[in-house]
Amino acid sequence: MTLPRLLEIEGLKVHFQTDDGTVRAVDGVSIGVDRGETVSVVGESGCGKTVTAMTVLKLIAMPPGRIAEGRILWQGRDIVPMDPEQMRAIRSKEIGFVFQEPMTSLNPVYTVGQQIAETVRQHEGVSRKAALDRAAEMLGLVQIPNPSRRVHDYPHQFSGGMRQRVMIAMALSCNPKLLIADEPTTALDVTIQAQILDLLNEMKERLGMAVLLITHAMGVVAETAQRVVVMYAGVVVEEAPVEALFERPLHPYTQGLIRSIPRLDLAATEHRRLEAIPGTVPSLLNPPTGCRFAARCRHAIPECTAGEPALREIQPGHTARCIRAEEFL
Amino acid sequence: MTQYLIRRLLIAIPSLLGISVVLFTVLALAPGDPFEELATNPAIPPEVRANLRASLGIDDPIWQRYFSWLFAMLRGEWGYSFVSRINVDQLILQRLPVTLVVIGASQVVALAIALPVGVYAATRPYSVFDQIANTLAFVGFSLPTFFTGLLFILLFSIYLDWLPFVYRTELSETGWRWWWEQLRQSIMPVMVLGLFQGAAWTRFVRSAVLDVIRLDHVTTARAKGLPESRVTLRHVVRNALIPVVTLVALQMPIVFGGAIVTEQIFRVPGVGSLLISAILANDTPVIMAVTFVFAGLVIFFNLLADILYGWLDPRISYR
Repeated sequence: MTLPRLLEIEGLKVHFQTDDGTVRAVDGVSIGVDRGETVSVVGESGCGKTVTAMTVLKLIAMPPGRIAEGRILWQGRDIVPMDPEQMRAIRSKEIGFVFQEPMTSLNPVYTVGQQIAETVRQHEGVSRKAALDRAAEMLGLVQIPNPSRRVHDYPHQFSGGMRQRVMIAMALSCNPKLLIADEPTTALDVTIQAQILDLLNEMKERLGMAVLLITHAMGVVAETAQRVVVMYAGVVVEEAPVEALFERPLHPYTQGLIRSIPRLDLAATEHRRLEAIPGTVPSLLNPPTGCRFAARCRHAIPECTAGEPALREIQPGHTARCIRAEEFL
Repeated sequence: MTQYLIRRLLIAIPSLLGISVVLFTVLALAPGDPFEELATNPAIPPEVRANLRASLGIDDPIWQRYFSWLFAMLRGEWGYSFVSRINVDQLILQRLPVTLVVIGASQVVALAIALPVGVYAATRPYSVFDQIANTLAFVGFSLPTFFTGLLFILLFSIYLDWLPFVYRTELSETGWRWWWEQLRQSIMPVMVLGLFQGAAWTRFVRSAVLDVIRLDHVTTARAKGLPESRVTLRHVVRNALIPVVTLVALQMPIVFGGAIVTEQIFRVPGVGSLLISAILANDTPVIMAVTFVFAGLVIFFNLLADILYGWLDPRISYR
């Protein structure tokens, strides 16, 4: 019998009840992550990638949120029906989470050491002293200078990049098998972004965990991921190994995303304007019939709006949700 | 920290001086003459009266009177009451413990109501509990203490006859009976003040907790796998306490004001009723001293708030 995948999200639908109606933030998403692999989920703001990630640990507010359909298999066990007690045993212990905003994700009234130690104590029941030692060790691991002293500092005494390192140290303190990083570099300076990505890659090598990296930046994807899932308006539109995706994107949305990566060289020498995808993400209150991207797509044909295209495997390991995908090969 | 304390205490001096100037001027400008009684007494010849006035310096200019009052105050001579002929400091020391006990107990009651109710309501916003708590809190702080006080007396003392409605200083009982009587006669004033404050603070605690509960670090705490009770207590309530502490300390002047009214209603022989009777009797030294003690207490609580604030919030440093 083969080992079940580490994480297998199957047909996940997450709905939010609002005054205007039901928002289908995630509308049938399937994503799998294998042991030791980095999978990146990309898409623009509001495509449902963060909600998908948060739902894996049931960190979305319920209500108004609701898992309407689907399964989230963690090592073969469905976490959707799990009670809060069982969820707590998975949080941080088996799946670590790094949030987007390092400036606000740490509690300002406790030292970083206390906050990391709290996680360790919760899951491993070690003494206060041992937990604090582990905290210092983790700070050293994420390359914070002077860890045994810094462990007694408060979050406001750290810069944004350093706080994100603390967050990573905290998420990794119990040796999780999977690290979910929700736009870990979005709030940081460009130079710090690169450092944090390097750190994530290095941590992954050393600790051997899998990483589910949520981002909207194609550059981040190229640097870190082995496999990429592109989301648009609550659904997956393309999934491929990273090389194949950048070499031959099969969905017009992915093509647009890749074209909109800023190229400094071209901007300087040819004064080319940055290409953007026209239009905005459709409302998830009542998504359009047919292909959700059709209204913004330069390759759209009348057939596109007839019915929602299926996610089809166009090449081995490369799927796309576009009726004209073959034409882009 | 010590340096900060010393500096704050030094800053308190000009505030107290300013307060005393204002108090003194207002009282000096107020109508009424402490010698009215002597003036109308035919047994005292006018020249004796004039001599008395001169020796007490009552006809000196205001600023001169202020400075003689100030220096006497600094030497610890607070003067004596025109009415009871008892030294003012003695009078205040007699009355202050009762007031502090009543106010202290009522604040404990208020916090004991506001913290659990406010936190519980905020963790379940718009639930039935929250709606009921909100409504009661609204009613509670809309009703002034002089009204609820009378209502309590009417209900518990007159209709039900459970509690005495006049506070007695000299209790004839001894031993545990004394404590029992003391408790019985304190319940109503303490509850009237405590419920009023508790109602106002419940709403404040609720909104402070609601502000914190949706912050990112609370989600982080959940992602760490902490039990919900620990998330609420350590990562929500702890942070929400920061603004609550400030409010509690800054509301102390209002609490003292409320205590004056409540003491009057229940005939509690505290500083508040002393002040009211002094005002009615034109007893300037007592008015001056009591208001000054109140001002000192208010400044003290502000200092206490600042110290607690820095202790609760590490981002604030004492420099």
